[in-house]
Amino acid sequence: MSHSSNPSLAKPGQEPDPDRRDFIFIAAGAMGAVGTAVTLWPFIASLGPAADTLALSTTEVDLGKVEPGQAITVMWRGKPVFIRNRTPEDIQAAQAIDKDAGQFNGLRDPETDETRVKQSAFGDKKMPNWLIMVGVCTHLGCIPMGQKATDMKGDFNGWFCPCHGSNYDTAGRIRKGPAPKNLAIPAYTFLTETQIRIG
Amino acid sequence: MSSKHVTSFKGITGWIDQRLPIFTLMQNEYGSFPTPRNFNYLWNFGAISLFMLLLMIGSGVVLAMHYTADTHLSFNSVERLMRDVNYGWLLRYMHMNGASMFFLAVYIHLFRGMYYGSYKEPRELLWILGVLILFLMIATAFMGYVLPWGQMSFWAATVITNLMSAIPLVGDPIVTWLWGGFSVDNPTLTRFYALHYLLPFVIFGVVFLHIAALHVCGSNNPLGIEPKSEKDTLPFHPYYTMKDTFGLCVFLMLYAVFIFWMPNALGHPDNSIPANPMMTPPHIVPEWYFLPFYAILRSFTIDIGIPFTHIVLISSKLGGVILMVTSIAVGFVLPWLDTSPVRSARFRPLYRIFFWVFVADSILLGYLGSQPPEGIYVIISQIAMAYYFAHFFLVIPLLSKYEKPLPVPKSIHEAIGSGA
Amino acid sequence: MRLILSLLATLVFALPAAAKEMHPHGPEGGWKHKGVFGSYDRGALQRGLLVYKQVCAACHALNLVAYRNLAMLGYSEDEIKTIAAEKRVKDGPNDQGEMFDRPARPSDPFVAPFANDQAARVANGGALPPDLSLIIKARHGGENYVYSLLTGFGETPPADMKILPGMNYNPYFPGGQIAMPPPLAADDLVSYSDGTKATKEQMAKDVVQFLAWAAEPHMEQRKRIGIRVMLFLLVLTGVFYAAKRQLWRDVH
Repeated sequence: MSHSSNPSLAKPGQEPDPDRRDFIFIAAGAMGAVGTAVTLWPFIASLGPAADTLALSTTEVDLGKVEPGQAITVMWRGKPVFIRNRTPEDIQAAQAIDKDAGQFNGLRDPETDETRVKQSAFGDKKMPNWLIMVGVCTHLGCIPMGQKATDMKGDFNGWFCPCHGSNYDTAGRIRKGPAPKNLAIPAYTFLTETQIRIG
Repeated sequence: MSSKHVTSFKGITGWIDQRLPIFTLMQNEYGSFPTPRNFNYLWNFGAISLFMLLLMIGSGVVLAMHYTADTHLSFNSVERLMRDVNYGWLLRYMHMNGASMFFLAVYIHLFRGMYYGSYKEPRELLWILGVLILFLMIATAFMGYVLPWGQMSFWAATVITNLMSAIPLVGDPIVTWLWGGFSVDNPTLTRFYALHYLLPFVIFGVVFLHIAALHVCGSNNPLGIEPKSEKDTLPFHPYYTMKDTFGLCVFLMLYAVFIFWMPNALGHPDNSIPANPMMTPPHIVPEWYFLPFYAILRSFTIDIGIPFTHIVLISSKLGGVILMVTSIAVGFVLPWLDTSPVRSARFRPLYRIFFWVFVADSILLGYLGSQPPEGIYVIISQIAMAYYFAHFFLVIPLLSKYEKPLPVPKSIHEAIGSGA
Repeated sequence: MRLILSLLATLVFALPAAAKEMHPHGPEGGWKHKGVFGSYDRGALQRGLLVYKQVCAACHALNLVAYRNLAMLGYSEDEIKTIAAEKRVKDGPNDQGEMFDRPARPSDPFVAPFANDQAARVANGGALPPDLSLIIKARHGGENYVYSLLTGFGETPPADMKILPGMNYNPYFPGGQIAMPPPLAADDLVSYSDGTKATKEQMAKDVVQFLAWAAEPHMEQRKRIGIRVMLFLLVLTGVFYAAKRQLWRDVH
């Protein structure tokens, strides 16, 4: 870009105007770069989620038939959602951790059982038995086992991811293995005491 | 006044060569090209790899004509190919097992380069292009494995793309962008198909540069000394064209055993089950050629953070990803880690031992990659992983400094003449 | 070297998760279609088809196999037409824009027992009977696993295992509990026209061979071509070796 390197560009018999020429070169280069970047953007953006994929879908689920101790899996946005009707023992096991400061602070992703199920309420009635989570391991996206009665449930009687051995407890919190976070909680609301809408 | 190319060819060949000297080029690079006369059979695997690349492109193009990239149709389009298309089963088994054979040839080629110090000056760039080819091959093989849309296809895609989520801050948006949605789905499959078709041609381009770089400095050889006179070399054709073809034939017999008698032995039964996003198979394993890297990925199990806080600097996931990429990318700097002036392990008594320890360690990692990440396997993988990196960052630099190499012969023909 | 070993390690050690419970085994005498020259036993395939149609097909689909493929089992065109016509398929829309039923034709794939997966689940207590087209390729242990599973019912579960309602004990199934009730619970569930005694083991053996064919219908052609390719490669290798020796003789 330096004018001294390109003296031949000046017409013979005419004094080169270094400042103006520098400006024109820089402007040309910058315009070219901007143009290239702007042209590239549609290419990159086209790979992102399309409008139909983005269109928020909601799923309504009837929980009337899920007995305590049972679990069901429903699809939401292409991902499974785990819905477990927890037994009092399950809830106690989860809350025991919350009460023990040492154990609670030792969690990789500390969240109390109460925060995990705070959306499980209809009006004033709290229903901590309903644990509703996105059933995707936060490590590398596998589906943890533990929904079916015959499944392995891991060391903490919650869920066990077969891919890399992450163990989740009865509140879906990561307790052992490589996963960095607890199983995610989707946005959901109870429409009645036995019906929810996810999303 | 232009310096006109003078051709030694006659007739039509000469007419073409005068205007486009491809025949002169072939003659110089593959005909009379002076090649060290002392190659052993390990030097066949470059040519074999090139053959496999061309065969993969050829079979892949035909397979693509029968394949449908759609989550609802892919699995059945592959089965239709296997059942109804004329010789479809043969083409698919050639392509499936061809991937394994291609990696086998390339891995032997690569270890040969390590043993005989082929990465050393003046062949650093040649070696770096080779590492680049390996990266491209890994990407291509991974995306190709997704296309049949079986259970392993789907979950391999899920697990591997999720690795990107380890990148701090922008990880999750990047994964969504890679997927084109909120999970591995149709947009993911179609872009993998497009790239799986494209990348082999990119590989071909880099292979061309790899060979061009090779022909600037010439081949290394088992003695690791440069040829000094014509007595040290032979014309590439017919000596090495013949020897390479013979080696290729032997290699093809092994390949044929897989295609015709055990076509699914290197695959995984779960890939005969259509992809099911609701159920992860109990034990996910990658193809055998990825197992050592997979073991390294999983061996990093702790979070590195600021003590007594919950702030994590490098999560175990990110750590694993960094290690895995480094385990291959270390090849880029290998020429500068090994500063020993002697190339061939034949004259490096200690390096020779450590080379075989490294080979054993890689095999061990491969075995560990196939095992569930539990109990004793985790600890062994960590040790094996640590040794893998120690080989590059400790053993090799230290050996370069302290090892006393054996005397190197003066010239190739002298060494051969003396009965070596 | 590294790879061959790593490969061997994979083959040897990465084998069945199912083996935790009990190691799958084949029938006495092994499988005729295995081995370098092994080919399918046509009699067994035809008997296996009968077992599939009369027992398995009540719940399990065979979507990837068409009736026309039965020609490979030795059936004539007319026989295939008759076999296909036993089932009805939904077709259409016709000129009136309506869907209609018609008998299956040889070009149709095997008619599935249920309209969709949901219907299959409802009819089977929530469990989905898998499609059998690729079952031999889709299970660790292949033929031996399916054979062991079919003949592995009826044993007493270990004392510490709680068999859940609707489940059956089978030591070969991962986890030991399977929703499928014993399909071949008694002898003579089918009557073979070739006089073979339809014992439980015989039926299991026949249907497994039929399913092996369904998964790999071109296995015989594959091995046949393979032998020719190997012979050709052997000669080619020999010729090139001789040429190479000839050429290099003066160099060494």
